[in-house]
Amino acid sequence: MRARDGGVGGNSKLETLHRSDEGLSLETPQLEEALSDFRASVRAWSDAEYARPRAVELTARRRSWRLATGWALGCVLVAGSFSGGMYERHHRQEQARIAAARVAEQQRLAAEQRAREEDELLAKVDSDVSQEVPSAMEPLAQLMAEDEEP
Amino acid sequence: MMAAGTAVEPRARATAKGSAGQGLEKRAGGEQETAAEEFSAVVTAHRAQIFRFLLASTRDVDLAETLTQECFLKAHRNWGRFRGESSAMTWLMRIAINLQKDHWRNRRMQFWRRTRTNAVDLDEASEWLPSGERSAEQKMLAREQVGRVWKAVEGLSERQRTVFLLRYVEEQELSEIARAAGLSEGTVKAHLSRALAKVRAELGGRR
Repeated sequence: MRARDGGVGGNSKLETLHRSDEGLSLETPQLEEALSDFRASVRAWSDAEYARPRAVELTARRRSWRLATGWALGCVLVAGSFSGGMYERHHRQEQARIAAARVAEQQRLAAEQRAREEDELLAKVDSDVSQEVPSAMEPLAQLMAEDEEP
Repeated sequence: MMAAGTAVEPRARATAKGSAGQGLEKRAGGEQETAAEEFSAVVTAHRAQIFRFLLASTRDVDLAETLTQECFLKAHRNWGRFRGESSAMTWLMRIAINLQKDHWRNRRMQFWRRTRTNAVDLDEASEWLPSGERSAEQKMLAREQVGRVWKAVEGLSERQRTVFLLRYVEEQELSEIARAAGLSEGTVKAHLSRALAKVRAELGGRR
C-alpha cells in the first residue's frame, strides 16, 4: 500500500494522513456497499432456509429423547454414587467392627496367657520352696504348728 | 421497517369489542377468538423476520428454527399480558434476544454436553447473494466483502452483534433497537459505533 502511494518511507505524518484518507474513503461508499451486500446475503440465506421444509417433530422428539437420556444418566449417576457411598460406609463400619473384635480377642488371649504363666510360676515357686526346706528344720516346724492349735 | 409498522394492541381492541349488552361468557369467548386471530396474524407477519435475526445471530439453521419456535411459544403464553405499549415486533424481538442470551449462557454452563455446533462456517454463510445483474467479478468481490463482514460480526460481543444486526440487517430505528434490547439509545449508539469500527477495520485491513 505504501509503495503504491509513492513510498514515502520516513515521513510519518504523511503516512498517517494516507491512512486516515483510506479510512475516510472506506467510510462511505465501500462500507455502505459491504453492509448492503451483507444485508442482502443474510436475507437471501434466511429466505432460502425459511422456505425449506423441516422435520420439526423429529427434532423435538430427538430433543426430548436426549433430555430423557440425560435425566436417566443423571439419576443412574446419583443413585450409583449414593449406593457406592453407602456401601463404602457400611464396609468401613464392618471392617472397624472386625478389627475391634480381633483386638479384644487378642487382649483376652494375652490376659489368659499371662494368668496361666503366673499360675505356673507360683506353682513352680511353691514346689521349689517345699523341696528346699532343710530336713533339720522339720521338728521345729511341727512345734510351731502345735503351738498354733487352740 | 415493515414489521415494526404492524403493531397490535390486543387488550385495547378486545376491550373495545366487548359491548356492554353481551353476556360475560359470550364476551370472553369472543375475546379469546379475537386474541387467537391476532396472534395468528402476528406469527404470519413476523416469523420470518425473527428467524432471520436468530439465523444471523447464531449462523445455525436448526438452532434458529428452534429458538424461533420457542420465541412464538413464549409469546403465545404471554399474549394476554402484552399491552401494546411497544409494537408486536419489538416485543417479539425482545423475547428472541432474551432466548438467544439464555441459550448462550446455558451453553457456557453446559460446556461438557456438546462442544460441536451446527453453525455454518463463514465461507458458507458468505455464499448467499441475491441473484442480481452482476458480473462474475462483482459477485466475487461482493462475496469477499460479505465474508469480511461476517468475520467482523463473529468478533463482536453479544450486545454489539445484536445491535449491529438489528440496525444493518433488520434496518430498525435506534429507538426500536433500544426498546428491544432493553438499553438506552446512547448505549445502542455506543455499541453500534464500536461494532462499525470493527467492521471497518476488517474491511480496511485486508486490502
